[in-house]
Amino acid sequence: MSTTTETGAPPLTGRRGSNLGDTIFAALAKLSGIFVLAVLGAIIAALALGGSKAFIAFGPKFLSSNDWDPVQETFGALVPIFGTIVTAILALAMAVPLAFGIAFYLTELAPAWMRRPVSTAIELLAAVPSIIYGMWGFFVIVPIMSQYVQPFVIDTIGELPLIGPFFQGPPFGTGILTAALVLAVMVIPFIAATMRDVFDTVPAVYKESAYGLGCTTWEVMRSIVIPYTRASVVGGIMLGLGRALGETMAVTFVIGNTNRIATSLFGPGNTIASIVALEFPEAETGSLKLSSLLALGLILFAIAFIVLAISRTLLKPGMKA
Amino acid sequence: MSATLSVIPGPAKDMNASLALGRKRKRANRIVKTLCLTATGLGLIFLASILATLLSKGIAGLSLTVFTTSTLPPGSHGGLLNAIVGTLIQTVLGAAIGTPIGLMVGTYLAEYARDSALGNAVRFVSDILLSAPSILIGLFVYQIVVSPLGGFSGFAGCLALALIVIPIVVRTTEDMLRLIPSQLREAVIGLGAPKWKMIVLICYRAAREGIVTGILLAVARISGETAPLLFTSLGNLNWSLSLTKPMASLPVTIYQYAGSAFQDWVDLAWAGALLITAAVLAVNIVARTLLRGRK
Repeated sequence: MSTTTETGAPPLTGRRGSNLGDTIFAALAKLSGIFVLAVLGAIIAALALGGSKAFIAFGPKFLSSNDWDPVQETFGALVPIFGTIVTAILALAMAVPLAFGIAFYLTELAPAWMRRPVSTAIELLAAVPSIIYGMWGFFVIVPIMSQYVQPFVIDTIGELPLIGPFFQGPPFGTGILTAALVLAVMVIPFIAATMRDVFDTVPAVYKESAYGLGCTTWEVMRSIVIPYTRASVVGGIMLGLGRALGETMAVTFVIGNTNRIATSLFGPGNTIASIVALEFPEAETGSLKLSSLLALGLILFAIAFIVLAISRTLLKPGMKA
Repeated sequence: MSATLSVIPGPAKDMNASLALGRKRKRANRIVKTLCLTATGLGLIFLASILATLLSKGIAGLSLTVFTTSTLPPGSHGGLLNAIVGTLIQTVLGAAIGTPIGLMVGTYLAEYARDSALGNAVRFVSDILLSAPSILIGLFVYQIVVSPLGGFSGFAGCLALALIVIPIVVRTTEDMLRLIPSQLREAVIGLGAPKWKMIVLICYRAAREGIVTGILLAVARISGETAPLLFTSLGNLNWSLSLTKPMASLPVTIYQYAGSAFQDWVDLAWAGALLITAAVLAVNIVARTLLRGRK
């Protein structure tokens, strides 16, 4: 069928006007396609060019230094990189089990009449603008964390050996864990929707055969659905990771904005996106600080690109995001 | 339940052992089912909590002055008029710039380059841009438009939003065009129509609802975007319709107001948050109903 559309009509028509129209339209379409590639190239080039001053000034130390001192004009990317990765991974650790449960519920457990409304509700959760998550996190989650969750955890888990130090410190409410929590709520719908679509691709015959052998729902899920969809499920999780890594507004409100590597999960921190959003307005054109922020942008782009590229390779083409 | 199990001749010799196994399997199943139900419940609670917070705090700040007055210094009963209008202008222009490009890219992928190397590369890159951090789009437009032209502008904001629109429209356009049966294309070509007419007059028409859905989803997405506007249109506390000057927008105003120490600004931020969420969710619901009606 593709050969029919590929070769098209021109040999048959022979009219100059329609040939010209075809040529123009095809050229426009191809040009638009190339434009998309050019945008990607331009983004990388613009960020690299803008960040070159910082890369030249600090060299490889830019990546390993945790110094971010606008007064002394020394900038290092370690703290935001650390914050970005830690918050994103913590968020995934919380979001993946929940998203899996939701997707499992929607594909196998929910009664037919409930599937559509619950599905729609989860999709609407994905449509809520990220700044709303930020406000919700700041005005709802932060007070709950500082008044109930953190004091309780500090007094119980915080006293334990080994893992205790991760749960100590003053209960500000903001911090790395809170940011991860808000991020988790944000990426749950993305991962759940992808997993649901992926689970739906399993041929019904496989599942029915397993049910026919007497498998329970969970056994069908574990032995049929998950092995069949493993690669795509990982792809969906990576898609969520890509979202979590680059999220700006939801994190900026609750992360605490401190350029130190916190030893406790309750400690404040910064992510690449939050430091760029916060410090950009104070960076003058042509300054080393602006260049450092653009360099941070390039690093974020590189991380996100790798994660999303893996995600796209694992997800079967045509699987919607 | 044990009665039904006991009549099934299992492979296990020991009756008690097979009964215990059956109980264990059913227990595991029940636990997983309960956990999944809890997960779904939690997801719905999050949505309900966000909506309830928005409604309770947003309605308090909502009044007619929100729509009739521009942003004013704290304590002087300002509104959000400039931000609402700014968001409308930037969203409409962003969608107007991005949609044709996205439509053409989607057409290219579905009609011209289904399996070509260039097509695959374009599809891959477009899908990456679809999920790329939006703050980077802001930085990019800052570097290529704001910095060389020497100032923040509403136009730069439109461009940033247009870049976000493109991959969304590409994805839905390609998916929808691919759903069209090839017999339809062959019939049109067989009648002697040139390919571009087949695409514009037949394929677009057949995929209309799907394509419109994609555009609506893109509009919903960009109307709530904050990060890319921070470095492009910046925000403007005064009334301004000029595309060459900084332009206010609801999300950026919400961002500035929500973190302020003035209660009336915080109230306005909540009112704005309620407005933007209501609009985004309404557009989403319309888009989904449109797509569903087609099936």
